[in-house]
Parts: sequence; structure tokens; C-alpha cells
Amino acid sequence: MNKSVYDSPDNTAVSKRHILTVLVDNEPGVLARVIGMFSGRGYNIDSLNVAEVSNDEHLSRITIVTEGTSEVVNQIEKQLLRIVPVHSVSNLDEEGSAVEAEVALVNIDLNDSNKKKIYEVCDFYRARKIENENNSIIFEIAGASERINRFIKEVNQITKIEIVRSGPVAISTYKNTKED
Amino acid sequence: MKQEMTGAEIVLQSLVDQGVEVVFGYPGGAVLPIYDTLFKQNSIKHVLVRQEGGAIHAAEGYARSTGKVGVVLVTSGPGATNVVTGLTDAMMDSIPIVCITGQVPQHLIGSDAFQECDTTGITRPCTKHNYLVKDPNKLSPVFHEAFTIAQDGRPGPVLIDIPKDVQFAKGNYVEKEKILIPSHRLFEPEIFKHDDKINEVIDLISKAKKPIFYIGGGCINSGPKASELVSKFVEITGAPATMTLMGLGVIGSSHPNSLGMLGMHGMYEANMAMHECDVMVNIGARFDDRVTGRLDAFSPNSKKIHIDIDESNINKTIKVDVPVVGDVTMVLTKIIQTWKDKKLKTNASDLKLWWDKINNWKKIDCLNFSNDEKEIKPQYAIQRLYELTKDKKTFITTEVGQHQMWAAQFYKFEKPNRWLTSGGLGTMGYGFPAAIGAQVANPDALIIDIAGDASILMNIQEMSTAVQYRLPVKIFILNNEYMGMVRQWQELLHGGRYSESYTDSLPDFVKLAESYKAVGLRAKKPEELDDVINEMINTDKTVIADIWVSKEENCFPMIQSGSAHNEMVLSKDQKQDESSAEKGKILV
Repeated sequence: MNKSVYDSPDNTAVSKRHILTVLVDNEPGVLARVIGMFSGRGYNIDSLNVAEVSNDEHLSRITIVTEGTSEVVNQIEKQLLRIVPVHSVSNLDEEGSAVEAEVALVNIDLNDSNKKKIYEVCDFYRARKIENENNSIIFEIAGASERINRFIKEVNQITKIEIVRSGPVAISTYKNTKED
Repeated sequence: MKQEMTGAEIVLQSLVDQGVEVVFGYPGGAVLPIYDTLFKQNSIKHVLVRQEGGAIHAAEGYARSTGKVGVVLVTSGPGATNVVTGLTDAMMDSIPIVCITGQVPQHLIGSDAFQECDTTGITRPCTKHNYLVKDPNKLSPVFHEAFTIAQDGRPGPVLIDIPKDVQFAKGNYVEKEKILIPSHRLFEPEIFKHDDKINEVIDLISKAKKPIFYIGGGCINSGPKASELVSKFVEITGAPATMTLMGLGVIGSSHPNSLGMLGMHGMYEANMAMHECDVMVNIGARFDDRVTGRLDAFSPNSKKIHIDIDESNINKTIKVDVPVVGDVTMVLTKIIQTWKDKKLKTNASDLKLWWDKINNWKKIDCLNFSNDEKEIKPQYAIQRLYELTKDKKTFITTEVGQHQMWAAQFYKFEKPNRWLTSGGLGTMGYGFPAAIGAQVANPDALIIDIAGDASILMNIQEMSTAVQYRLPVKIFILNNEYMGMVRQWQELLHGGRYSESYTDSLPDFVKLAESYKAVGLRAKKPEELDDVINEMINTDKTVIADIWVSKEENCFPMIQSGSAHNEMVLSKDQKQDESSAEKGKILV
């Protein structure tokens, strides 16, 4: 239910994480329209990812992770569909209906005493070292957000790190996915 | 055939192609090329307002009274920011508007140039869609698409921002018929996909023991046919019908099945029937908080059918059992057809019991007020206004507040599109410019703005517009020297502390009218009222009728904030219970 000042009849519904993928025209202002709808109506964005997916059709896909009861998320989907450049909205919340992944880059403060431990953790999580001109120690890790969380937690216990995360992107596992 | 023109010429040609006859606007630096082109042509009439806020409300009045798109033309910066209230108003009440704003030349965008503002940024949440057009070749496709979007599905305002250099630059004009809506998605009625829903709807209605129709502004937006169909279906079923503030006129007030308006200041019988019904048929309404009252006590025992063109209205605040997404005319046509094919009937004896109950509620006579011999009661003023104008082609606009609710309660509407009021946003200052727009669209009609003394001052500058274009708009001010609704809430919820709700130093409205070369009239006593109203109607000029009414009259009946439909307060003496009053205080 919408967060109206008038008491909602049902406050007991369970709030859970949802991944919405939104296909939009890649035109100026479209991202502002989408995120403006979230802030204007008081919905949360846990993470947001946007990139062009079809150059000739000028289409972008926005992946939004949000949290809410199914009523709230249903309302979010319908509000998104009111935005003119939005073509379709899919909710990938059904168990097993979608795969998701995100990328994190981690800059690790490495020294002789922690080196061995860190490489062990990185090996275990299949984090890949990225060579760079400044010879700083940067690892890239891709996969489910949960796995990245665990990786970061473990490395964090060993040494100081700086992290950047893309936020998850997700795609439906059904064959011949058709937008509806 | 493609033709090369300047951007400004393309703007005008697009408007002509879209059948636009009138533009409401105000010139300024960033729209001078468009005004120059306007000067050189004769097909489009321009109405010069005195503040841009007036232009957009006038366009709303024009649109509402005709069903056509209202067009606004204003300059950049303050011109654009002044229309924001009207855009939001049109968004909330679903009024089709195309608003053209000038913008600083492209090379100055982002430099904090004189009269620059981020118009598309500011108006993004208060328009259905908006454009910043950077290429003159894109102007005509954008215009044709904008007119489509403004009217498509649930209507609303669309804004087109045009930098000054684009207005000067040459580009190709493409005719309306040649434009294919590009990738943008338009409204697709669900109705053709879900026949089973129609069966469910008529099944519920035919078996209902205590049905009620809850009718909203969507029926008016769907066109005059929708109102006919709704009335027809109400008659076929024999069920009672109540209308929202926006829906007044869909079913005539004198129709035997009409219970009048529902909601916060609606009829007692309408609210009680909503509370006790077993099947509710919402047609084109959106369960607004002014209608529902406390959500957890809203019509607790009913199955709810919701017919709405905007899918986001389904289950937004009230969970419904059978949603149908579609245009009212389309859905009702199908429902009536199926009903007839199946030769369905409602149960006459059940309905009789239901009507008996409703007729008992009617006996309360909720609009009853004690008339006075010395003072004009505001309710009486509207009653007289109705009696003396009902046989004419009359349009009523209002501002916002007590006078608006009294107008809704005491003025009886028999036809759609005759009642223009700001419902969703509740914009004071709406009524007078809206009346100007309605008069421009309907030169022969009697257009009356029922106003309050506070609201009318919010756009009083438009007197100059009304007089310039010889628009015989009538302003009927219920003057109590208070912001009446604010005062009423302060009396009921804030211990009678009238904080800043009394207006000192009001103008002399008669002299004010005269200073604009309009006509000013005044009634101070009940016996003067009819003469003043008659003189107002018979004067072929802009008129302000200043009606001095009882100062501390309250608008009843009332569902106070935080209360339910069956907890209506009928008079001042009937106090709301303390705990719910306390809870209600935090609500609007």
C-alpha cells in the first residue's frame, strides 16, 4: 500500500528485496524521470544501474533494486509504466526466474605481513588482480551480491580497502524472453 | 510534403494542424520569435493574460468546458515557473494541456543566463511528459506527439520547452498525418484482452443486494457518451449512484437514482450507502482521501469493482476485487451489451429494501441549515443563484474552500462539463481564470465563478483580461472576510484560535470592479440577493457580485479527517469524539 497519511488497512505485509528491470528510450532526462518517481513518491532505491543495450533502437536498460511489500512494488511498476519513455518493466523476484550479477573493484592496502592471507582469500573468491600503471593492488570480483559481500567482509578483516560496486544487473532465465 | 520554415513558424503550423483556435499566453524575451509569427497570422487567437498562472488555469477552463486541449504559451524563467501550479493542477485533475515555454538560446543553457531556469527539470514531476527541443526538424513531430499524449489514456499536461535559437532556425515541417508516434508507448485498453472480467463485473452487480455506483471525473474525461452510458447502466440496474467532486454532472442531480456527491462534505446518505453497500462499482474515480475517509474503515463489507483508465490507480490506496483497466465509454458499452445479451436483472425486492434504507438516511436532510432574515447565509446565496440561473446554459467554476463545497452541495448539475473546479490540487485562484477560459470557448454561455473573498484575490489581476476581451464572466463572491475553510478547521480542531485566517483590509470589490471598467454589485441583506443576482445575469459585461454572507458559518455535513464514512458530523453541536479528533488533526 502507498504510504498515505491515512492509515493503511494492511501494515503486516512482508517487505522484501525486488529487482526491477526497466527498458527505456535512451533519451535525455529519462533516468531523472525514473529516479524522480521513486523519490517523489517515497520509494527506496537500494541500487541502480543503467546502460544502453541497443544502439540502433536507442534503448537503455535500468536495473533497480528496491525493497517493499508486493503491493508497494506492484505500485512502483505501474507508476514506472506511466512514464512515457518507459517501454516495459519486469520484476525478477520469482525464485530461480533470473540470474543476477554485479562487479566490484577493490583497492587493497597490501604489505608483507598480510600478503599471503589476502591472496588466499582472493583465490578462494576468484577475484582477479588488475594490473595498472601505478602498481596498486586492485582486484575485480564479479558474481552474486551476496558472494561479493562475503569477500569484502573477509578482506576487510585483514586490511584497509576501498570499494566500488556496480550494483546488481539481472536477466530472466526464461528462453525467448519477451517484454510484456 | 516537407516544407522549410523557421522554428517559430513550425510551432504555429503545428498548432493550426492540431485544430487549435485559442492560445492563452504572456510574451517575454525567450518567446519573441513565436509572438512575431503569431502577429503575422490570423488563424489562431491569442488571449493575453496578466500573469502566467492565469494563462494555464484559463487553458484548463477552456479544456474542461470543451473536452479539447488547452494551449498555453509563456516565456522562459519566471514565465515557466509561474505555470508550475497550473501544470500540477492539470496533472492531478487529468486535464489535457499543451504548454509551450521559451528557453534561453542553447549556447547559454547551463550558464545561469538571464531568465534561465531548468524548465524540463522543474516540470518533470508535474507533467505527463515534457520535451526540450534542440532541433527545429524535431519540432513538428514533438508537437504532434505532445497533442496525442495530452489526450491519450488519462489526459494530462505536456510541456514543450523551445530554446530561442531553435525558434529562429530553419527546419522541415511534417504534417500531422505523416507522423508515426516513434517508440513512445501509448495507452492500450485492456478491455479487449479480458472478456472474463466483464462477466465477473456483471455477475457481481446482478447478484448484489446493496449495490452502489461511485462515479468520478474519468466519466467526464471519456466524453459525453460516457455520461449517457453511465446513466443508462444505473437505470438498467436501478442502483443508487453517488458522484465525486470531479464527477458532478455525469448523472443529473435530479435523476432519481442520484444520491449527490460523496466524501468529506458529501451527502450523508451517499456516505452511509458507501459504508454499507455490498457491491461498489467505481467508474472513473480514484479512491481519493477526500472520498474514502479513514482507509481501514472504508466500506468494510463490499466487493469492489474499479473501472479506471490509469492502471496505477488500481489498488493504490484501496484494494479492489475486480479491476478493469480501460476507457469508460468502451468498458460501459461492453458491460451494457453483455448485460443485455445475458438478459440479466437485479433483484427488485433486495433493491427495494436497500432504497428504503437509503430513503431513511435521506430523511436526516443533511444539507439543512437555519436560514436567517438579517444575514445572507452562504448556502442560501447558492440556492438562489441556482434557481435564477438553472434554465440558462450555465457553467460554474469555483475557487477553493467553503464556497467551493457549498457550490458542490447546493448547485445542481444536470450535464457533464458544466462544473469546473480544482479538485486534486485544491488551487485557490483557479476559478476566475478558468471562467475566462470557459467563456472564450463558450461565448454565448453564462459563466459564473463562485468565489471566496480570499481566493479571488489570488488571481484578481485577470479582471483586466476579462474586460479587454469583453468576456462577460460573473464573479459571485461569498464574502465573509475569512479564509472560511481554514477558519472552520481552526474552530473545529485548533480551539478556535483563528491564526491568520481573517483578511483585514479587503478591497471594496464594487470599486475594484469599477476601476477595471467592469460592473460591481453588492448584496448585504437577504432581500437584496435576488435583485443582485438578476442584475448580474442580465449585465453583458464582466461583473463582480460581492455577497456579504454570515461570517462564521460552517460547511456541513463533514467527515472530519481521520474519520470514517459512517462518522459524519452534521452540525456544529455534534462534536467528534476526542480521540479520533486528535488523530485527525495531523492529517490534511
